[in-house]
Amino acid sequence: MQFGIFSVGDVTTDPTTGRTPSEAERIRAMVTIAKKAEEVGLDVFATGEHHNPPFVPSSPTTMLGYIAAQTEKIILSTSTTLITTNDPVKIAEDFAMLQHLAQGRVDLMMGRGNTGPVYPWFGQDIRHGVALAIENYHLLHRLWREDVVDWEGQFRTPLQGFTSTPRPLDGVPPFVWHGSIRTPEIAEQAAYYGDGFFANHIFWPTQHFQRLVNLYRTRFEHYGHGTADQAVVGLGGQVFLAHSSQDAVRQFRPYFDNAPVYGHGPSLEEFMRETPLTVGSPQEVIERTLTFRESFGDYQRQLFLADHAGLPLKTVLEQLDLLGEHVIPVLRREFDALRPAHVPDGPTHEALVASAIGTAGAGLLDAAGSATR
Amino acid sequence: MTAPSTGRSVTRLVVVTAGLSQPSSTRLLADRLSSAVESVLAERGQPVAVEVVELREYARDLTNHLLTGFPTGALGSVIEHVATADALVVVTPIFSASYSGLFKTFFDVLPMDSLVGKPTIIAATAGTARHSLALEHALRPLFAYLRAVVVPTAVFAAAEDWASEGALTERVRRAATELADLLHRAPVGTTADTPGRAGDTAEVVAGVESVEHVADFADLLAGRVTPGRRS
Repeated sequence: MQFGIFSVGDVTTDPTTGRTPSEAERIRAMVTIAKKAEEVGLDVFATGEHHNPPFVPSSPTTMLGYIAAQTEKIILSTSTTLITTNDPVKIAEDFAMLQHLAQGRVDLMMGRGNTGPVYPWFGQDIRHGVALAIENYHLLHRLWREDVVDWEGQFRTPLQGFTSTPRPLDGVPPFVWHGSIRTPEIAEQAAYYGDGFFANHIFWPTQHFQRLVNLYRTRFEHYGHGTADQAVVGLGGQVFLAHSSQDAVRQFRPYFDNAPVYGHGPSLEEFMRETPLTVGSPQEVIERTLTFRESFGDYQRQLFLADHAGLPLKTVLEQLDLLGEHVIPVLRREFDALRPAHVPDGPTHEALVASAIGTAGAGLLDAAGSATR
Repeated sequence: MTAPSTGRSVTRLVVVTAGLSQPSSTRLLADRLSSAVESVLAERGQPVAVEVVELREYARDLTNHLLTGFPTGALGSVIEHVATADALVVVTPIFSASYSGLFKTFFDVLPMDSLVGKPTIIAATAGTARHSLALEHALRPLFAYLRAVVVPTAVFAAAEDWASEGALTERVRRAATELADLLHRAPVGTTADTPGRAGDTAEVVAGVESVEHVADFADLLAGRVTPGRRS
């Protein structure tokens, strides 16, 4: 089981002080948060990709490359990489380069982006969002697996004899998750390729995401990648901790009440009841997070939203300390003990390389001489 | 309500009223309409179950829904009941020459296609008859957009209508008869050519697009099918 954090990268005024960080401060803060995540024993740091204010992370591989140089263990990922408005050729190149520089500590999550005006800024149209996600990802998938690609599609210029460089590290492409909030075609897409499926699992009721995850699991098995319970599932979550639940609620309430996404609407208590948000003691966060497994089955990656709604850097770092010290070790032990042996652990480059060698080795043992890729 | 010897299943009529005061003339008109529908259908041997939704009780949940995108509290089941009803009576006070904001908010948060093909009576109240055409220039286009099937008679009750019962009673009765005729002609859930429509309870409840009819990915990839409408 892998644990981590995912950041939207918003610049939001701290409602308790009225202070708004500069873009420079926010970008530095994201780097500091990523390094802290590794320090406290988390496995994954993921950044969003946005091209409009008040968000700063428009160039994820630049940021992740900078973080990779200052970390050693943590997997660097995205939440999400826009498969609709980015050229898949550039995604193939950028993330292969990052994968080499980070020595394999890279995966990425595909997303469509739901902000209509962003699409034309990159020459696209949101009405083609799903079709773009399908075609662009299919090209990306090929570019990482075929040395020379001929391509013709609906949305970009054709390719003739194109080789995307650098080739993936050890011949193994970065692991891909497909993220979706409401679109079953994306669950279907993840299942078709045998990729991971990530339900963002914040801001909406758990029940809403269960249907997508169940669809993904069923179709994963249908496409012959393994049994439904072997499908690779990631979930989001949103937590705020303090040593006592009263302190947690008291500290988080002004941020909750004014958050751009849900502020001025439901009460904190209503939102905690109806969505995965947990504000409380480490024990409460542990108990709530363990229920995710009951809702979704054994899963491979849990990412928490920790830095948003104007929470100052100091508070976010305290949150990571609490997570690392009191929550993650318990969750890791519990989840790993509950997961059956035939259900895979979270994806790593090393595991994918071992699996590729295993497949090639099995091919050789078959004496057919043609190891399949 | 017990099923009669005709063996027909019970018609589920849901009444949505946006009245704010207690007692409310909007609720009063809603009750007149639902009683009339009940009695017309009873004359035809059709049992009816009436459920009244007072939007006032869900005012906070409706605002929450606007801000969060999902129904809090009991609003989810109210939406489900409306989406799966056989027929609707919707009644709003006229505020500033149109339906009230509360009334509109409810229909704004209904999942897409919830009202497709649903027989509906539109009705409104106001202090003066000068507002009566708001039914025709505001409510009827709204429900046309939502593809509900609205009966020709829209029922408006101004303050003076409550004093001269005859005309209002006649309009109420006429609208109820028109609704009964629609129900008799095309009961909801029996038309074959409206996929993904109201009555798909699972879709309505979760607020996700239906997962039951996802195209096979090979077809999506080959462009043989078009991805569904997505918001």
